[in-house]
Amino acid sequence: MSESGGIKSFFVEIGELSLFATRFFKELFSRPFETKELLNQCFNIGYRSLLLVSVTGFIIGLVLTMQTRPTLEDFGAESWMPSMVSLSIIREIGPVIIALTFAGRIASGIGAELGSMRVTEQIDAMEVSGTNPFKFLVVTRILAATLMLPLLVLLGDAIALFGSYIVENLKGDVSFVLYFNKVFDALSFSDILPATIKTFFFGFAIALVGCFKGYNCEKGTVGVGAAANAAVVYSSMLLFVIDFVAVFVTDIFFEL
Amino acid sequence: MNTNLNISHSHEVKSPRRLMLEIKDLRKSFGKNHVLNGFHLALYKGENLVIMGKSGSGKSVMIKCLVGLLQADSGSIKIMDQEINTLNQSDLDTLRTEIGFLFQGSALYDSMTVRENLEFPLRRHKSKMDADTSISELVNNALEDVGLLHTIDLMPAELSGGMKRRVALARTLILKPKIILYDEPTSGLDPITSKEIIELMRRIQGQYKTSSLIITHDIDCARVVSERILLLVDGINYVEGTFAELSTSKDPQVKAFFK
Repeated sequence: MSESGGIKSFFVEIGELSLFATRFFKELFSRPFETKELLNQCFNIGYRSLLLVSVTGFIIGLVLTMQTRPTLEDFGAESWMPSMVSLSIIREIGPVIIALTFAGRIASGIGAELGSMRVTEQIDAMEVSGTNPFKFLVVTRILAATLMLPLLVLLGDAIALFGSYIVENLKGDVSFVLYFNKVFDALSFSDILPATIKTFFFGFAIALVGCFKGYNCEKGTVGVGAAANAAVVYSSMLLFVIDFVAVFVTDIFFEL
Repeated sequence: MNTNLNISHSHEVKSPRRLMLEIKDLRKSFGKNHVLNGFHLALYKGENLVIMGKSGSGKSVMIKCLVGLLQADSGSIKIMDQEINTLNQSDLDTLRTEIGFLFQGSALYDSMTVRENLEFPLRRHKSKMDADTSISELVNNALEDVGLLHTIDLMPAELSGGMKRRVALARTLILKPKIILYDEPTSGLDPITSKEIIELMRRIQGQYKTSSLIITHDIDCARVVSERILLLVDGINYVEGTFAELSTSKDPQVKAFFK
C-alpha cells in the first residue's frame, strides 16, 4: 500500500472507531439493559484479572525499590524511598503498567472472542433472533472494562506499595507503620484523583478497541488472529496517548 | 435467459394460499460486483421452496437481505405483508422472531451450554411464550423434538457436526417461527446424518406448519423436501419448477445441477 493510501486508511479507521464509540454511548442509555451480562462481564474482566494484576503490582513495587535504592543510598536519601516510590506508582507506573497488562489480556481476549463469533456467524444468529448484538456483546464489555480497571489499578497500586515495603523492611529495617505513614504523607489528593480518573479512560479505550476490532473482523480465522493482535497493539498505543493528554490536563489543573 | 422450459417466475405464481414472503426486483452489488440483479420470489404458507444455484450466484446474499443482515440496494422485501426496509429496529426485531434462520455452520453460541443456547432467544422474547409453559419445559420439548435431550448440559464444542445442526434447529424452532430459512442445512455432513437432517426438516414442517426457504446444493435434500425449486443464475431467476420438471430438463445449466 502506498504511503498516502496508508494515511488515508488510518484516518478512515479513526473515523470508524469514533462512530463505533458514538454508537456505544447511544446504545448505553437505551433499553433493554443487559444487566446480567454486564455482571457476567465484570466477573470475567475484573475478577479473572485479579491474579495477573496482583502479581504485576507486587513485582513492580519490588523491582522499582530494589533498582532505586542504591542510587538514593549514594546520596544518603533512603528515607525518601517511600515518598518517591509511592508517587511513581500512584501517579504513573501503577496505572500504565497495569493497564498495559490488562490490555494484553482483555483487548486480545475480546478481539479474538468477538472476531470468532463474527466469522462463525454467531453475531448474525444473535441479530436474526431479535437480540441487539451490539448491546449484548459490545456495550457490556466496554462498560465492564471501564468500571473494573480503576478498581484493579487501586488494588495493584496497594500491592505494589506492599512489595516496596518488603524490600525496605529487609534492606532498611523500616517498619510497616513507618513506611506507610511516609507513603500517605507524600501523597495528596492531586496525586490520587487524576491518576484514578485516567484509568476509567484506559479501561474504556482498551475494551473499545478490542470490541471494534473483533466486531468488524473479516477474512475468516486469519482475520481473528489479526483482530486480536491489532486490538492489543492499538489499545496499547492509545493508552500512551491518553496518558500524555491526562498528564497535560492534570498539569493545567493541579500544577504538577 | 432460457425460456424453453416450464418456467414460472416466482412473482407470477398464483396460489390461494397466504403469501408469507415476497421479494420483487431485488438488487445488491458490492462495488463493481453485481450479485443480485432483479431477483423475484414468492413463498406461500406451508410451502417448502428450494433455491439452488452455483457458489457466488447470490443465494446467501439474498437470504441475508431477507432478514436485514444486509441492506439491499433496491427492490422490495415483504414478510407477512410487512415491508422490511420501512421497519424501525424494534419492529424488525419483533418480525425476526417470526423467522427462524438455520445457519450453514450452525452458529451455536460456543460460550454457552446447549440449554443456554436455547434459553437465549426465549428470555428476550417472553411474549412468544405461553403463560402456562416454563422456559425449561420449552427447552426440553424443543430438544426432544430433535432427539437430543441428553445433550442439554453439554457445550457446543462437545457435539458432532450433525448434533450441532439439530441443536441449531431446536434453537430456531423454540420461538415457533412461521417461516424458516435454511442455509445449506446438510453441507459438511455425512450422507447418513444428511438424511437424518432432511427427515427432521420434513417432520418439523409437518408438525409446526412452517413455510420454508431452503438453500441447498444437495439433490437428495431438494428431491425430498421441495415443492418448488428455483434456480438462481447470476443473481436472477433462471428457471422454476418442481423437482420432476427440472430433473428432466434438457437445458445444460439445469442439467448440470441434476445429473
